[in-house]
This record gives sequence, C-alpha cells and structure tokens, in this order.
Amino acid sequence: MTKPLLTVEGLVKRYGEHTVLNGLDLTVREGEVVVIVGPSGCGKSTLLRCINALEPIQSGAVRLEVAPISRESRDLPALRQKVGMVFQSYELFPHLTVLDNVTLAPRKAQKRPRAEAEREALALLERVGLADRARDYPRQLSGGQKQRVAIVRALVMHPQVLLFDEVTAALDPEMVREVLDVLLDLARQGRTMLIVTIEMNFARAVADRVIFLDGGTIVEEAPPEEFFDHPKTPRAQKFLNTFTFDAVKRPHPSSLADPTT
Amino acid sequence: MPDLGLEVLLKGRNLARLLGGLWVALRISLLSVAISIPAGILLGVVMTWKNPVTQALSRLYLEIIRIMPQLVLLFLVFFGTTRVFGWDLSGELSSVIVFTLWGTAEMGDLVRGALVSIPPHQYESAAALGLTERQTFFCVVLPQTVRRLIPLSINLITRMIKTTSLVLMIGVVEVLKVAQQIIEANRMSSPNAAFGVYLTVFMLYFLACWPISLLARRLEELWR
Repeated sequence: MTKPLLTVEGLVKRYGEHTVLNGLDLTVREGEVVVIVGPSGCGKSTLLRCINALEPIQSGAVRLEVAPISRESRDLPALRQKVGMVFQSYELFPHLTVLDNVTLAPRKAQKRPRAEAEREALALLERVGLADRARDYPRQLSGGQKQRVAIVRALVMHPQVLLFDEVTAALDPEMVREVLDVLLDLARQGRTMLIVTIEMNFARAVADRVIFLDGGTIVEEAPPEEFFDHPKTPRAQKFLNTFTFDAVKRPHPSSLADPTT
Repeated sequence: MPDLGLEVLLKGRNLARLLGGLWVALRISLLSVAISIPAGILLGVVMTWKNPVTQALSRLYLEIIRIMPQLVLLFLVFFGTTRVFGWDLSGELSSVIVFTLWGTAEMGDLVRGALVSIPPHQYESAAALGLTERQTFFCVVLPQTVRRLIPLSINLITRMIKTTSLVLMIGVVEVLKVAQQIIEANRMSSPNAAFGVYLTVFMLYFLACWPISLLARRLEELWR
C-alpha cells in the first residue's frame, strides 16, 4: 500500500443554513485514481473546491502529505501549485495564446525560465494532440480542445495530485471522448487523481475506487466493478438506476402475445 | 455654388487664430485626460472595494458629477469659488479642474465596470494554478481589463474634446469663440461667413477626434 497523499478529515461546508458537506473523511493514496459520483447537488464539486481552498470551510482539515491546505495557510499559492485543478468551464485566459496560457503559471509562480517552460508545454501539448494550436487563442479552439489545454496547463506545474471537476459536462457529446482519453492516459501514467464525473462508463474504466456521495457524506465506497454491478446501499442503487432506460416502443418479450400487435 | 463666406478665413490671421483656438481646446481636454485616466483607474479600483464608506463616498462623487451639467460645474468653479473663497482662477484652469473632476468620475466608473466584468472563475483558475493575488491581478485581471477599457476610454476622450466647446461660456477663447469673433468682425463684409466658419470648426473637431476613433477601432479589432 502506498502512502496517503491527500487527506480530508471531518470536512464541514455550509452555505448559510444549508450544509453541503457534513463531516466528510477521505484519503487518496499516491498513484490512486478516485472517482466521485453522486446526484446533482450532493456536494461533489464543492468537495473539490474545498480541497483546493477555493471555498472557506466551517470545520475539518485538508492535508497534502502533512501540509495543511487552508485559506489561512501562508504558503497557499505554493501548495496549490502541487494540486492541479481543471474546471468544467475550462477557464483559459482569453487574452493569452494557448502556449502563454500553459506557461504563465510556471514562469510567474514557479519562476521557471521561459524557454524551459515552453519546451515542456509544447511536449505536453503534443501529447494531447494540440502542438499545432500553440499560437492560437482560446476563442479559436473547440470546447474539447480548450479542455485539453486546461489539462496541460495544470500538468505543466508538476502537481502531485490532480482534481477534475466535471471536465466533460460542458462539452458536446462528440468532444467528450477526446478529453476522457487524455484522462485515461494520465491514469495509465500512474498519476494521482480525484475525478468528479457524470460519465459512468468512464468512471468504471478509470477508477481504482469509486466514492458515492449523497447528502454531504460518503454513502458508499468500493472498487468500480463492485460499485457498478452490485451497489450495496439503496441510495446508490437508486442513483445508478437513473442511468438505465427501459424500452418503451419495442415490445417486451412478455408482451409478445399481445393480441393488439 | 452658394457663397459660404469661406474667404473670411483668408483675411489677416483668421485661420491661424482658429487653429490657435483648437489648440486651446485640445490643451484643456488632453491635460484633463492625462490627469483623469490615472486618477480614474485609482477611483475605479477603490470603487470595487467592499468597504461601505469608500463605496458611499465614491458613489456620491460619481452621482454629483454626473447629475450636474458640465456648464453648471464650470460656473460653480469659475464664478462660485471667486465669491466664496476669493480664488482668482483663470478660465483655462477652471476648465481643467472641471474636466478632470468629470473625466475622473466617468473613467472611474468605466474601470469599475471593466474590473467587475472579469468573471470570478478567472480569479479562481489563476488561484488554482498557484498564482498569488498580486500575480493574478497583474497577469490575468489587468490585461483583460485594459482590453475592455481602451475603446470605452477613447470614447470618453473624444467626448471630453467635444465638450470643451462649453468653456467659451467662462471666457476662454477656444476654437468656437474664435469662430464667433471672426463672424462678428465680418458681419458687414461677409454676412454668409457663419456657415463657412462653423463648417470649418466642425472639420477641425473632426480632424482632432477622427484619428482617436480610428485608433479605438483598430485596438478593438486587434484584441477581439
């Protein structure tokens, strides 16, 4: 068993009276891919935002190895460099080219020389098939291309853990695949990742462990085959049922004898 | 071709005097612009603070300046301060004061608008990359703000140049006043001069503002 890399302990997040996360505990080990699923509004995106201290929390702690990540940490920017995050809406910087989007943080936050940052950026862009778009502006790219750039922008910082917040939710269906392929490639490289997604087939393929979040707590936690094939809790069963449909027009085997057809 | 009375421009130093008047107008407006832009940027940043005191004060300042016609403001500064405080401000200085007060208020509001129009998510994705607040402001927020601001502030500059035609009301001899003087002086010899001279004034304002408008459009295309 590898060592714990990211630890969440007793995390409580409230918006006013509404409790979004209610004493949540979670450990992500080095090299592990943890996928978080759950109904909308269950707090999965909020959890990722709290891990990166983008949201103030009411109680609990988040640690990267031993260093606490909190809004009070004086070295918060340095810690965030080690936690890569990719958002649903890409959020590239519209005034910068693809290459400058990717190299801004390495140059400014990590004080790396431009030539070195650009070399690595181009190598990573090549890997996601976008080397030829390095001089383009984000507005010239499709959604899937923007999201791949956003992933590269996070990778170039050499993060210890990557957080993906529904990175395909804003994409047209035909662009989902190209982004998920990049994530699968990262998993193959042994990256530590925490992924929030609504793509269940992808979750099954990429996850070492699936976490089902509902009502602000972890309701079920299991390897993907076990979770998707034999969910233990009624809430997880109900949730997974929302992804299957029964045929409505084609006759069911039992109704073949129906005299009206 | 009807007689436009353009020949009066060739009499004596009339054309040179008109250009001199234009220079007075440009001097007032460009000096005011030069002070208003940095002051307006500061005001705009202050207006985004969540502090209720600075919010109320800046709001009050903005509303007063906006509600008051520029002409009233000119009278207030030029005539009012003489009676009340005993200041002997020249017409040109009064004009610069008024235009600076006005330009700062308008520029401040433009800067505030541009700053708040940067989506919060831009700040978040910069923060998530590990940029400090300072780096986020200078590398992410400011460049985007300036791009949004340039067309708007150039529009403000041309408005300020055009509005200098009001300062003749406090005795500043700028281009429009010179035009009136030329027309008055030639009332008998060229009774049609009004049309030609005012047309010339129009052309002069156009020549002063058109390049600025062109520049704005170019920058807009460049940064679209």
